[in-house]
Amino acid sequence: MTETQAGIEAAAAASGSSNVPAIELDGVVKEYLSQGEAVRAVKGVTMSITEGEFFSLLGPSGCGKTTTMRMIAGFEDPTQGKVWLHGQDVTDVPPNKRDVNMVFQSYALFPHMNVWENVAFGLRRKKVAADEIKRRVGEILEIVDLTGREKRRPREMSGGQQQRVALARALVNNPRALLLDEPLGALDLKLRQAMQIELKRIQREVGITFVYVTHDQSEALTMSDRIAVMNDGQVDQLASPREIYERPATPFVAGFIGTSNLLSGTVDRITSGFAVLKLGGEDRVLVAGETHRAGDPIAVTVRPEKIRISTEEPTGDVSVVRGTVFEVVYLGLYNSYAVSLADGAEVTVFQQNAVDSTSTAERGDAVWLSWQPQHSYAIGS
Amino acid sequence: MTSTSETGAVGTVPPPRASGTTSGARSGPPVTRKRSGRFGDGLLKGYVWLILAWLFLPIVVMIVFGFNDTQSKSNVTWQGFTLKWWGRLGDYPDLTVAVFNSLKIAVISVVITTVIGTFMGLALGRYRFRGQGATNLVLFAAIASPELVMGASLLSLFVSSGVQTGFVTVIIAHVLFSLSFVAITVRARVVGLDPSIEEAARDLGASTWVTFWRVTFPMILPGVVSGALLAFALSIDDFVITQFTSGSVQTFPLWIWGATRIGVPPQVNIIGTLIFAVGVVIAVVNTVTSRRRT
Repeated sequence: MTETQAGIEAAAAASGSSNVPAIELDGVVKEYLSQGEAVRAVKGVTMSITEGEFFSLLGPSGCGKTTTMRMIAGFEDPTQGKVWLHGQDVTDVPPNKRDVNMVFQSYALFPHMNVWENVAFGLRRKKVAADEIKRRVGEILEIVDLTGREKRRPREMSGGQQQRVALARALVNNPRALLLDEPLGALDLKLRQAMQIELKRIQREVGITFVYVTHDQSEALTMSDRIAVMNDGQVDQLASPREIYERPATPFVAGFIGTSNLLSGTVDRITSGFAVLKLGGEDRVLVAGETHRAGDPIAVTVRPEKIRISTEEPTGDVSVVRGTVFEVVYLGLYNSYAVSLADGAEVTVFQQNAVDSTSTAERGDAVWLSWQPQHSYAIGS
Repeated sequence: MTSTSETGAVGTVPPPRASGTTSGARSGPPVTRKRSGRFGDGLLKGYVWLILAWLFLPIVVMIVFGFNDTQSKSNVTWQGFTLKWWGRLGDYPDLTVAVFNSLKIAVISVVITTVIGTFMGLALGRYRFRGQGATNLVLFAAIASPELVMGASLLSLFVSSGVQTGFVTVIIAHVLFSLSFVAITVRARVVGLDPSIEEAARDLGASTWVTFWRVTFPMILPGVVSGALLAFALSIDDFVITQFTSGSVQTFPLWIWGATRIGVPPQVNIIGTLIFAVGVVIAVVNTVTSRRRT
């Protein structure tokens, strides 16, 4: 929870002038009754989403991310806690009275209405004047590149087009925030990548807060300003994509986002701001941090692409571990090496296939692995 | 009727392959779909026409004998074409009364059945509640129980509780036996709906009431219409239960039953033709609009 708190403070500091957050969750808990037993889907989530930000809720299926979003939309009532939209407590406000709109995973377009009627639905409910509805629907259809398809029925359109109708139908209402529930999940890879860029462009263009639920870490890293990584009903880490990738707060985050190596041992000594982790033999791992004490058990992560593999002993103030290569996989852009260490741990190393690369190794080679101290982080458990 | 060039080719290829294809057509469906031999093709066509004849011959006979220039009381042998019966539809005043009784009963019971059945179907398809299993069982029992049993038990119920049988009891009985059909067709439609479509309507600012009329109802309408058509068809021609519960009220089927002893006049064929025609038109309209709708 300390990470979450830190995240909120960071967000508050970052937003600076914009005083009221777009969305705030305060100790939100959701319990379901399943066969007479209370199941906690969301176990106390507190977060604050800044106005105009692209915010992602990332996590594996069943982590509570969709339930959290549905509580923001108003489709689920929190068992405990409060939901605030722009400084207003909306915990007991029904979804049709909340100033947020949602894009559903299944698109949920009205099958008996054509594109134009689908998009105009929200404005008609708000009793907007007919000529203004006409103008705004026309404008938004232009933004999502569907002009000329007003008379089509949803079932006559491709998945990508339906997706854009769903987006237009939500955006046309000028919501204070747009909630997107895995909106690209049903599209194929090429289209999904195109739509990621498209979504980001639209978000910049309309300047609305986007809350994006996904289980796809690369999608979240590409598009988001900030990400909340959820695990088992709780937020494990809330930070920028770079920070989440490079400084995962928990072993779960380290494992869920990209590939990560986890090394554990005990702190040997403290030298000039670094804790030196002893793994055995000449191995030494340097970790930044003043708070560690000799004898403490410690776990450290390092990303595969930060490690340099070499058959000669490296020099300088770097972390060094020795091992044996037992697998080399050629992946085009880079090679992936699997290296086993003296204590039996396995380390993955990515090495770019540059022309002048001196750092190559063959299967069975005894190698030195080295990396800069700032690339490894101690993580809590 | 499938591509004649292919069928022709089968005929001209050397014997081993041709016989192989033919035997394959008889034993294995995957082969039949690709290419059927002349024999298998003919067999299938003959079978289809036989089924169609079985289904439609009685209806054709009914329609044709409405134009029969019959002289005797019984309208069973063809004696030449005439349109005169169409001009003499009202020759039997009690027949006219019976037909209008049947229509009145059908319309009133269909309206009641459709309203109650639609809400039942919605509840059963959308929500989990106490007594749901029991409700499903009762629905099924109402369909499965023999009409004779239902008619007899209704009569004893009405008699023992002192209710005078007549127009109202017939309607109660008709609602009872057609309710299940409407509830089940609507439920099937509701189960197939994506619940997030209704959530989307709510999300876009529609109240529960507006969501129902603008989104839910149009989506389940084809199910509601087919359920209502089914209820109408069941009501208009019901004999057994009506016989038990009608008291002195005469309906169209009851009148025909009475008339069989002295000969059914061609007017009955004509009324039957008209009811059939209306049914076909409504069914076609429902199919076309529901295809356009979803």
